[in-house]
Amino acid sequence: MAETILLEIVTPLRKLLSREVDEVTAPGRDGDFGVLAGHTPFLTTLRPGEIVYRKGSETGVLAVSGGYAEVLPDKTTILVDAAETDSEISTEAARTELQKAEDALKALSQEDPAYAQTIDKVEYAQAKLRVKERK
Amino acid sequence: MASLKDIKRRIKSVKNTRQITKAMKMVSAAKLKRAQDEITAARPYAEKMLELIGSLASKASSDSHPLLENRGSAKIGLVLYTSDRGLCGGFNSQLLRTAERFIRENSSSEISLYLVGKRGAEYFKRRSFKILNARVIGGGRPGYGAAVEIANDVVGAYMNGELDEVHIIFSEFKSAMTQTPVTQKLLPVTAPGSTEKKEDGGQGEYLYEPSEGAVLASLLPKYVEVQAFRALLETSASEHGARMTSMDSASKNAGQMIGGLTLVYNRLRQAAITRELMEIIGGAEALK
Repeated sequence: MAETILLEIVTPLRKLLSREVDEVTAPGRDGDFGVLAGHTPFLTTLRPGEIVYRKGSETGVLAVSGGYAEVLPDKTTILVDAAETDSEISTEAARTELQKAEDALKALSQEDPAYAQTIDKVEYAQAKLRVKERK
Repeated sequence: MASLKDIKRRIKSVKNTRQITKAMKMVSAAKLKRAQDEITAARPYAEKMLELIGSLASKASSDSHPLLENRGSAKIGLVLYTSDRGLCGGFNSQLLRTAERFIRENSSSEISLYLVGKRGAEYFKRRSFKILNARVIGGGRPGYGAAVEIANDVVGAYMNGELDEVHIIFSEFKSAMTQTPVTQKLLPVTAPGSTEKKEDGGQGEYLYEPSEGAVLASLLPKYVEVQAFRALLETSASEHGARMTSMDSASKNAGQMIGGLTLVYNRLRQAAITRELMEIIGGAEALK
């Protein structure tokens, strides 16, 4: 059995990450989950949040918008609409995004189909800020 | 016989044409580079998605989501991608031929067309086909938003029973020189080569979170979007590639034509000079 898992993070615009890691934590729709090598096959939707991976003593963190994760014993594939690593995130841009999304949220009723999308936007912006604060 | 002046005029006009084709080639080359970068960046996601859907479709039962359900092929929707503009060699006619062939092969079913790109729309408007929708690609780069709209239209029509099956025809970008029209079945979603999948599928069943239905409900429409987006990018890159090659050969042909015309021009000029000299000599002889 493999000791490490291959973590792949892809967005429609690019392949962000592909490397062997020891452990991944990802934000599932029903709560965060951690993955180690030998995990049972598992398929879930992701909510916007942070993905943390660890290789030895090195950790990496990324902000992702909603998407999917496929977990296999030796491989984890994460498909998201958008993702940014900590070095790519601009605090300023994330703040403006957050502000915009929150304003849009106030104007929408809860039944509006755009409501859930806007909440995701808020959460994605918040996740970006959280990732930035970790540093 | 054309006069010297006529030939000169023709040389000038061909030179102008060559300038235009050369410029178009340059523009296409620049656009191709960008489109190519985009498509190479988008491919991993599309392929992963395909992989995921493949393993999912082979494991999930076909009645767990309407988009997986096989309802026969009485009403087929065909999404055809073409370019908005011409002057790209045989690019559009290749796609249109592929579409025509598809329609012939499936003549027993009722076919409705969903046309993306002006060229295809113009072609089929003049023929009597049921056209579901026709949209232009528009200037600039193809965006994900356009793909989402296409996907929503198609999935909507499929869900409310207007269509039983959806196929797409687009041009796969291989290189600047080669683009091949591809016909692909989009809906219902089926596992590609499902039989061989099962053999190596020692993975067993997936655990789904929150539930199988919820995951499928969000993943399948997404898959259609991604495929629509990929087709859009592939077609756009192919178009620029095709235009670049055809404009390159047009420039070459213009160059050849200029060479030929210049030769004729010089020969005529030389003949005129010789004739004039003969006349002068003849005149001088006569005076003696």
